[in-house]
Amino acid sequence: MEFFFQQLTNGLAVGGIYALIALGYTMVYGVLKLINFAHGDLFTMGAYLGLTVLASLGLHQHLGAFGGVVVLALMIMGLVGVVGILLDRAAYKPLRESPRLSAVVSALGASIFFQNALMLVYGARYQYYPKDILPKTVINILGMPVPLMRILILAVSILMMAGLQFFIQKTKTGTAIRAAAIDQAAARLMGINVDRVIMLVFFIGPALGGAAGLMVGLYYGQINFTMGWVYGLKAFTAAIMGGIGNIPGAMLGGILLGLIEAFGAAYISLAWKDAIAFLVLIVILIVRPTGLLGERVASKV
Amino acid sequence: MNNSEALLEIKNLHVKYGHVEALHGINLRVGEGEIVTILGANGAGKSTTLNAISGLLKITDGGILYRGDALHKMTADKIVQGGITQAPEGRRVFGTLTVRENLRLGAFTIADAARVSDSLDWIYRLFPRLKERSEQLAGTLSGGEQQMLAIGRALMASPKILLLDEPSLGLAPLLVKAIFETIKEINKSGVTVVLVEQNARVALKLAHRGYVMEVGNIALEDSASALLANPDVQQAYLGGKK
Repeated sequence: MEFFFQQLTNGLAVGGIYALIALGYTMVYGVLKLINFAHGDLFTMGAYLGLTVLASLGLHQHLGAFGGVVVLALMIMGLVGVVGILLDRAAYKPLRESPRLSAVVSALGASIFFQNALMLVYGARYQYYPKDILPKTVINILGMPVPLMRILILAVSILMMAGLQFFIQKTKTGTAIRAAAIDQAAARLMGINVDRVIMLVFFIGPALGGAAGLMVGLYYGQINFTMGWVYGLKAFTAAIMGGIGNIPGAMLGGILLGLIEAFGAAYISLAWKDAIAFLVLIVILIVRPTGLLGERVASKV
Repeated sequence: MNNSEALLEIKNLHVKYGHVEALHGINLRVGEGEIVTILGANGAGKSTTLNAISGLLKITDGGILYRGDALHKMTADKIVQGGITQAPEGRRVFGTLTVRENLRLGAFTIADAARVSDSLDWIYRLFPRLKERSEQLAGTLSGGEQQMLAIGRALMASPKILLLDEPSLGLAPLLVKAIFETIKEINKSGVTVVLVEQNARVALKLAHRGYVMEVGNIALEDSASALLANPDVQQAYLGGKK
């Protein structure tokens, strides 16, 4: 029972991280029908920038452990969000009227650029987060020990997702984003500045991805310039699983993938963990080609 | 139209799609309070003209003046703010949003919440059916209801000029009649209407003046009643007498 509970909480925490990254893929896809292959590297950038800011500003010494991490997270989200906007300006905006494939190639190029830039700046070796940032407290839930970090990661992911969901569903700007994702020309006719919507999406997605990178750094302690590749691929899988373009779908897909991996590794085989995850993806796509929550739009002609 | 100043004036407008020119220099005037209809076959350039007015298309030459301002230099969102909205061809409602969300998006440029709710009340009075379905997803509405929604949505910003692209498309004759009655009512409330139609007979009965477009040019311009009586128009667009 305790073993099961450990896998469950671990799966949820990792799933929360996948979900945060998956949101970036799905939001950009929703509005531009583009897979931003550089998104995983923005996640990596979040982890590295987190380390740099942590080392240079020492926020946790001035603001206490939790205050420091909150401020750090907000800074990283802002920074990576701005990088996201710049990425769009440099790599995608000039290709808006070009064939879809051009932007895909540009995305792959941007990914290689970011990876190499990070390697040149930080070196190819693993980098380590300081160990004493957040207390390594273990708390008891129903008599079972759970690391506090795990609970925090899950809580923060859920908080961010809930915030995003509220923003998208309930605010005017959020509705404008949904409208632009459905029909850009019609959105323009409503007086929506679609360029600004795209900019916003390229801020929010990378900001969430950057936050996820920071969480991975804090949770696992070690980061590497190539880690965005695996996390990006997993999160992309999660987005597809949930139905690409669908925001709750990305959240569901991420959490689900985290759980599948955790339980697959624990009860079937650690070595087959990734294979199991992708097998589930294939099965889901065979049964529901649009993903779990992907919508076949009801429309009458 | 009398010779008073035009609210909207298109001068020598050229528009290209890639290398193909779709409008070869058209001239068109719309006076305040008018209903002007643009008739013509598929591919004549009617929708292109409306989309150029709305700022969705870049023009290659000529100009569009709105109260003397150069509309063709403004972005689509500024044009909506300026008071020109469009109910596009094929309705283009946001299918996975509710009717109410669609309507509220129509008022996207209006910050004043009281004005938005006034507009919403007005639209619900104009189209009571939309009120009944306000929480329903727009994609689940019937064709006629979607058309009402498209028109209602375009009215939410309380425009000076309403551009309507084929509002009768795919609708049963009885519904067409109802929609056109409403357009008349909208016009009476002070909204200038530019109506693109393939259903020339209904359009000419409603409009004050009309233009006939043929492959990117204006072929004819006259009062609606004169166009209705014109033998060429009758033969080409009214299918003789029914």
